[in-house]
Amino acid sequence: MFFILLTTFVFLGKLFFLQVVETSNQNEVLKSSAVKKVFDYPERGYVFDRKGALLVTNKKSYTLKIIPDEVQSIDTLEFCQLLGIDKASFIKRYEKAKRWSPRLPSVFLANLSKEDFAPLQEKLYKYPGFYVEKKSLRYYPIKSAANVLGYVNEVNDETARKNPYYQAGEQIGTTGVEKQYETLLRGKKGSKYLQRNRFNKIIGSFKEGLFDTLPVAGKDLTLTLDIELQQYGETLMTGKRGGIVVLEPSSGEILSLVTMPTYNPNLMVGRLRSKYASLFFNDRIEKPMFDRSLLAQYAPGSPFKMVQGLVALQEKVIHPNNTFYCHKGYQYGSKKKDFMACHCDRYNRPIKIREGIAKSCNSFFANAYRKTIEKYPNAQEGMNAWSKHVQSFGLGNYLGYDLPQGKKGLIPDAAFYNRWYPNNRWRATYTISNAIGQGQILTTPIQLANMTAAIANRGHFYTPHILKKIDDKAIDDPAFTEARYTSIDSEHFEPVIEGMHDVYKTGTAKHLRLASIEICGKTGTAENFRRVNGQKIQFEDHSIFVAFAPKKNPKIALAVYIENGGFGSNIAAPIASLMIEKYLTGKTTQKRWEQKMLQTDLSETYNRQLNAHP
Amino acid sequence: MRKKQNNIFFGIDPTLIVLYLVLVFFGWMNIYAASSGENSLEMFDFETRHGKQMLWILMSFGWILLLLFFDAKTYEKFASLLYVFSLLSLMGLFVFGKKINGATSWYDFGNFSLQPSEFAKFATAIALAKLLNDRQYDLKLVKNQIKAFVIILLPALLISVQPDPGSALVYCSFLFVLHREGLPIPFISIGMTAVVLFLLTLAFGFQTVLLGTYILLTLFLSYLSYHKKISLKFRWRKIAGIYAILGLFLFSVNSIYNDVFEQRHRDRFNILLGKTTDTKGVGYNTNQSVLTVKSGGFSGKGYLQGDRTQGKFVPEQDTDYIFSTVGEEWGFVGAGLLVVVFAVFVLRIIYLAERQKTTFSRVYGYGIAAVFFFHYFINIGMVIGLFPTIGIPLPFLSYGGSSLWGFTILLFLFVKLDASRSFEL
Repeated sequence: MFFILLTTFVFLGKLFFLQVVETSNQNEVLKSSAVKKVFDYPERGYVFDRKGALLVTNKKSYTLKIIPDEVQSIDTLEFCQLLGIDKASFIKRYEKAKRWSPRLPSVFLANLSKEDFAPLQEKLYKYPGFYVEKKSLRYYPIKSAANVLGYVNEVNDETARKNPYYQAGEQIGTTGVEKQYETLLRGKKGSKYLQRNRFNKIIGSFKEGLFDTLPVAGKDLTLTLDIELQQYGETLMTGKRGGIVVLEPSSGEILSLVTMPTYNPNLMVGRLRSKYASLFFNDRIEKPMFDRSLLAQYAPGSPFKMVQGLVALQEKVIHPNNTFYCHKGYQYGSKKKDFMACHCDRYNRPIKIREGIAKSCNSFFANAYRKTIEKYPNAQEGMNAWSKHVQSFGLGNYLGYDLPQGKKGLIPDAAFYNRWYPNNRWRATYTISNAIGQGQILTTPIQLANMTAAIANRGHFYTPHILKKIDDKAIDDPAFTEARYTSIDSEHFEPVIEGMHDVYKTGTAKHLRLASIEICGKTGTAENFRRVNGQKIQFEDHSIFVAFAPKKNPKIALAVYIENGGFGSNIAAPIASLMIEKYLTGKTTQKRWEQKMLQTDLSETYNRQLNAHP
Repeated sequence: MRKKQNNIFFGIDPTLIVLYLVLVFFGWMNIYAASSGENSLEMFDFETRHGKQMLWILMSFGWILLLLFFDAKTYEKFASLLYVFSLLSLMGLFVFGKKINGATSWYDFGNFSLQPSEFAKFATAIALAKLLNDRQYDLKLVKNQIKAFVIILLPALLISVQPDPGSALVYCSFLFVLHREGLPIPFISIGMTAVVLFLLTLAFGFQTVLLGTYILLTLFLSYLSYHKKISLKFRWRKIAGIYAILGLFLFSVNSIYNDVFEQRHRDRFNILLGKTTDTKGVGYNTNQSVLTVKSGGFSGKGYLQGDRTQGKFVPEQDTDYIFSTVGEEWGFVGAGLLVVVFAVFVLRIIYLAERQKTTFSRVYGYGIAAVFFFHYFINIGMVIGLFPTIGIPLPFLSYGGSSLWGFTILLFLFVKLDASRSFEL
């Protein structure tokens, strides 16, 4: 009697412990070994360019799977014929699958193309035990703009751990638009809960689909990119390294984002991907994965003079009719070496700002810079005022565009120099190189293009962006649709723009003048030093050109940057002109320049650098 | 005075009948849950397990009628014959038996097979009852003790060589009956002590347990000599003998464990004692059944909603492990209630046995109470991970015609005896 009661209590106690204390809740039930969660993946969204050309789509890849236990007597001969394999191979694959597990599916033939699979498709019902799994791969019909579009990758364990949406092995956008708009493109996967038995075999849906969710389709994106212009830019850049950024000033839309060298986006998809990925990423010389249009930082050189001029005008330290004299340079200190040389050939004549820009006079802007800084009681205040004006052009910080890569660049301020010079003992002349875009200033090509757009708009710009429409609905994100104003009043822009126009009329780009379009531009040359074996060596200058057109009501603004391209007028300027004409008129009249650009190959220069010895 | 009763249902205990029907039909519901899922959901398709079980249940009602039809005296008369017959049927297995799951314990009759060991329990109980029914019978005599032991151990021996040690172990439960009928306490306590020491030795090692028991024994003896003033001087032979037997027993534990036990038994003990953790091989059954019971929670997942049951994660889930299905689908409420029902059922039998007027009926009642208790004790303990895996069915719930019939006969013979008690002197 006692023993029976004791047993009853022990059992009840153990049951209570198991079922009430240690029990598992509903969520754990869904995760238990009896329930299998499978995902229903929606198709990833397509990507189009601004004119509707298809840039990114999906390609089907088929995997034939087999559950050996469910295979019944079949017409092996026909089956092999449909698949194009021989009987020995069939038996080998079947045995292999059966060895692994007779009850679970295993891969019979992987990565079949649509063409390979088509003959079997309609007869598949005759072959129980075989079934097909479709997989979607990204496909790029136009092999261009790889840096903008980006690619998708398999989710790794770390991402899967951090982001509960993903599971290792799923697809995720890794760079470019694919990464930036991952959540739009991927849609939302649905999930199904299936009941499985002890052999892990699926025996039906769990609770008749009570917990299942439906997938939400991915959205189609229309980019601001003009793929024809993009391709034209990539062609012109053949044999060179550098970047081109083309914007529409009136909207901030990115028309082109060229970086060279680049790669064929289709190589980062499918089975060959790991091979090419390591090839591309390990190329430390050409760096095809390095988006120079967004990531290359360098001193902007002469194009910065426009901003410097505008700052001086705004601060009222100069007037459009004020003149400075150039003495083949500018003496900013008492010592002989404190001299900034100038090659404007307007020596000892009065120079106004318009001429200063057209002729790129260093002396003029050194004067303007010094007057700006010295307007204030001390250099610190002056420097900060200057820095604020310059930064209002979107320089010196992330621009805020909708691509996942970027660099801040550098616009120095008082704090920056206070760190350099102990006891804060520094004056305007210490930093005089900033006046002409050298010194400590760093910019990226997209920042320069945006600066040009701000000038073209006479004082405001729209944050550059790549996304135009989501499922045919125009974007309405105020970050991209509302203008950002520079701290310069619009009345100050005319003399500067006239000066830029003169560059094409009388200045450094007059050889590229177009009859039909009034282009405003500015060449630039950035000196390029590199340390080799501890010695500072100067290599060929980086070639820079910024431009916008037409002068009135600008439709295009761009920045071209060619590594080691020499003078800005040699390579960067012709490419800019060709791009502008192509975009505005759809054709090219300067066939000679086009030909020349296509033939220009700087690989010798690059190789020389590579093998450089002091 | 005796009165002839024509109504065969007269005097039967309604509580037992109700409990029996509850258990049988609750069992069938769970067999239905455990065997459905993948296949046909037809209720009375005799190809399915639950269909067959329904057939067994209906046929067991036939047995009930038959048992109630005969006069209670008949059983006492034919007890010896039944016992001999069941021994013969056990022996016959060596010639005609069919091997299922490694044990030759089945007679094969084409569509179905019978397991004579299930019927041998009833024969043994009735034979023991008859033996003890003798008024001159005194269990204090060694001669009589041996007689009783032989009756119990003969079928146990025959069953254990099938080999089906689980079913053989059931016969241990008859020791409780002998205890009730006056078997001196030491028999049971020595047996229990041996089992406990055996397990302790396995768990903690030979030397620790030897030292521990010697210290305890010495303390006990000193207590006897100083406080109870019992002189140990003239009993030193006995005392030395106790020490020696204890030492030998403990010493032999490891060799018994390693040489007499088979590997599968050792594995089961090891898992239970926590010496090895194994959830995939030998420990799979226990691990899965505990997980399944656990997943039921307080109120269970609902009838036919047990995903682990439908996935058939627990092997033998409609026979020996049927309790795991109860645990999953009915939760703590259902499983706990079932435990209580079993306790009430056995207590009711004991209560009825106590009021019997003949030793025969009383011994038989105690015998079946012990058998039922032993079955559900071991079975549920195994499913919820308290005992090592011992393959015996849960009375009335587990799938299987032989066990259902065996238990039905076992119970209703007692019901008949109980119903007839008022007509006997």
